[in-house]
Amino acid sequence: MKVTPVARVQSEDFDVQLESRALAEGRKDVGALVTFTGLCRDEAGTLSALELEHYPGMAEAELMRIAEQAVQRWPLTGLTVVHRFGKIPPGENIVLVVAASAHRRAAFEAADFLMDYLKTRAPFWKKEHLVDGDSGSWVEAKSGDEDDAARWSS
Amino acid sequence: MNIRYFAWVRERVGLEEETIEVPASVKTVADLIGHLKSLDENHAAAFEEEDAIRVALDQLHVEADAELGDAREAAFFPPMTGG
Repeated sequence: MKVTPVARVQSEDFDVQLESRALAEGRKDVGALVTFTGLCRDEAGTLSALELEHYPGMAEAELMRIAEQAVQRWPLTGLTVVHRFGKIPPGENIVLVVAASAHRRAAFEAADFLMDYLKTRAPFWKKEHLVDGDSGSWVEAKSGDEDDAARWSS
Repeated sequence: MNIRYFAWVRERVGLEEETIEVPASVKTVADLIGHLKSLDENHAAAFEEEDAIRVALDQLHVEADAELGDAREAAFFPPMTGG
């Protein structure tokens, strides 16, 4: 049976337990559930918030395209990706991936793939706001992120 | 054509979006960038580091040599930093 992933872009927080349960509750074919949560770091106390800008429409579509690729590549029983936008203080959630499968390898790999592609393909940008009141700089993309994503195309 | 800007490209241009008349000579994304650069100093500054700018036509990633075709929206932004 073809799995339809869930992809959401929202300003409000998400509930990891709730999203995980949605992929496993009442089922007996799920043997592995991998969740990845990306949180906002305080950068040694210097950061007051990260402002996540996104491209409405394209962000949702791109998350769904990435999720569809994962579903075709691995035998998943369910896949959920949630990405927040807006101003996010340290300690709060930014992004969630939940991958469910009969076996662990597929779930781990799908979650890893999703994060690598999301970092390089999904139209989100982070701006730092600093504790000293300065509006800091835009976070620069890391060259390593492209290399990570390239691992999956070989 | 509707043009949208995000993150520091938006800040440098000073606009979130604008509608422009695309001259007939402008056929590709690279041509469009050249045209936008000629508009004023802000556009020129925004596109100074052309290699650092990513493009989407009708919300799909494309390269600079892509034909505009009948795309209705072009968006310009820095490399993504989500996740």
